[in-house]
Amino acid sequence: MDELHSADAHGSAQAPVVSIRNLHVAYGEREILHGVSFDVLAGETIVILGGSGSGKSTLLRTLVGLESPTSGEVIVRGKNLQQLSEGEWRELRQHIGISFQSGALFGSMTVGENVALPLLEHTQLDPATIEIMVRLKLNEVGLSGYEDYMPAQLSGGMKKRAAVARAMAMDPEILFFDEPSAGLDPIIAAGIDQLLLKLKEAFGITVIVVTHELASAFLIADRMVLLDKGHIVAVGTTAELQTSTHPRVRQFLDRVAEPELSQEIDYLQMLTGEVPRPRQ
Amino acid sequence: MPFTENIGGATLDGLAYLGGLAKLGASAARAVVMDVFERRRLAYGRAMHQAMAVGIGSLPILSLITFFIGTILALQSAYELRKFGAMQFVADAVAISVSRELGPLITAILVIGRSGSSFAAELGTMKVNEEIDALETMALDPVRFLVAPKLLSMLLMMPCLTIWADFMGVVGGAVFGMAAAGFTFKTYIVATLNALALRDIVTGLIKSLMFGLVITTVGCQEGLRTGLGAEEVGRSTTAAVVKSIFLVIMVDLVFTAMFYFGIG
Repeated sequence: MDELHSADAHGSAQAPVVSIRNLHVAYGEREILHGVSFDVLAGETIVILGGSGSGKSTLLRTLVGLESPTSGEVIVRGKNLQQLSEGEWRELRQHIGISFQSGALFGSMTVGENVALPLLEHTQLDPATIEIMVRLKLNEVGLSGYEDYMPAQLSGGMKKRAAVARAMAMDPEILFFDEPSAGLDPIIAAGIDQLLLKLKEAFGITVIVVTHELASAFLIADRMVLLDKGHIVAVGTTAELQTSTHPRVRQFLDRVAEPELSQEIDYLQMLTGEVPRPRQ
Repeated sequence: MPFTENIGGATLDGLAYLGGLAKLGASAARAVVMDVFERRRLAYGRAMHQAMAVGIGSLPILSLITFFIGTILALQSAYELRKFGAMQFVADAVAISVSRELGPLITAILVIGRSGSSFAAELGTMKVNEEIDALETMALDPVRFLVAPKLLSMLLMMPCLTIWADFMGVVGGAVFGMAAAGFTFKTYIVATLNALALRDIVTGLIKSLMFGLVITTVGCQEGLRTGLGAEEVGRSTTAAVVKSIFLVIMVDLVFTAMFYFGIG
């Protein structure tokens, strides 16, 4: 792993909000994450970058408790996820918001009801206050007046915005965002990036984003984690990653295609985890 | 020995599946009770919405089917009874068969087709769209939020639908009775009421509650176990229908035997 020693640069003064220690996650026999460790500091936006199959979505799902690690630790807000009781989970989940790749809005409810749901379930607020909060949240994401629309009536970008409004409903400390620009055209995707920057500036929340979009990642990230085949290749600020000479980082950032594995030595190198050199 | 291994494996899988159903049913029932105590309006609203879909929506087709089943039963029993000159017992035969067996069973099979399949499709689609994950990460228990209202509505609607099915079956039998067995509508109804004991109706209603439990848990379990991809939703829906029909027949057999040998 190419630690670009930025964790220390940021980290000495602040305690991490999320701390991942030697995390291993497997689906059955197949291990997806092979010992991942990094910290997320309060108020920063960290982007987990990686290609398809790198394990980045699995990592995100583990951080929010949808997958259980086979070994290692995830500590969120000072609590080890493996040791939480049901009540502690419920408490923790009210402090995190998640925007899923597909939006995951409840199709049988209006946009307004979707945003109101966590407030109705977890707070004692009266309906009139909840209505005002829903309007505020939708306004924050640029969806004023869409309370009574059904999710199916929204475009892809609007669904993402509505999902962010729902994730922000409980004023979370940490916002998890899975593939903000997946399935969106570049202009709409840029709009979502701007929205994230705006939210971060306005509320100072910690944002953890999983993506494979380089342009978006460099725009929104304070720090980045580059994941490859379940291993961390590099952790560092955007500047540090841009100037990194690590071959795998360069390959990803310069968008070099995987070389064809036509020779035995390439195949052996792939099995041993070494990066095959692009053929001249 | 692969043959015995296969049988053993299948048995274990079957038991694990039933265990899963029991667990799901128990957590949903617990959630229903908790919601009643905590007076959560939201869950009630959803249960009523489901109840309308399960109950009111299926009334026209259920009426038609059980009416015809009543007529068919009358025809079939008359075929034997007329050999003994005992056509006056047609009303008894229809009343007993419909209230103890065919009313609850036909209702269950219809509800499987309409609601069991839609439970699986609904939850399956939600699973594929990450909506179930979203619920969990919002600290909302999918069982309490999605399964419990369905269970509540099903336990309320199945007995109601079964009573209606019994009634329509008797009316169907009465049509034959009036046309070919010398009854008037009034005498047919009187004969039916004389033939029926309260326990016949109660037996059918107990069965209908059990069927409701089976249909909800199988439909929801198949939905919640949906894998990734749209075709998986189709697979879950098919599995929900097939397994529900099988389990309803099994439960029917067990309860019919219990009522015959024991309390029936």
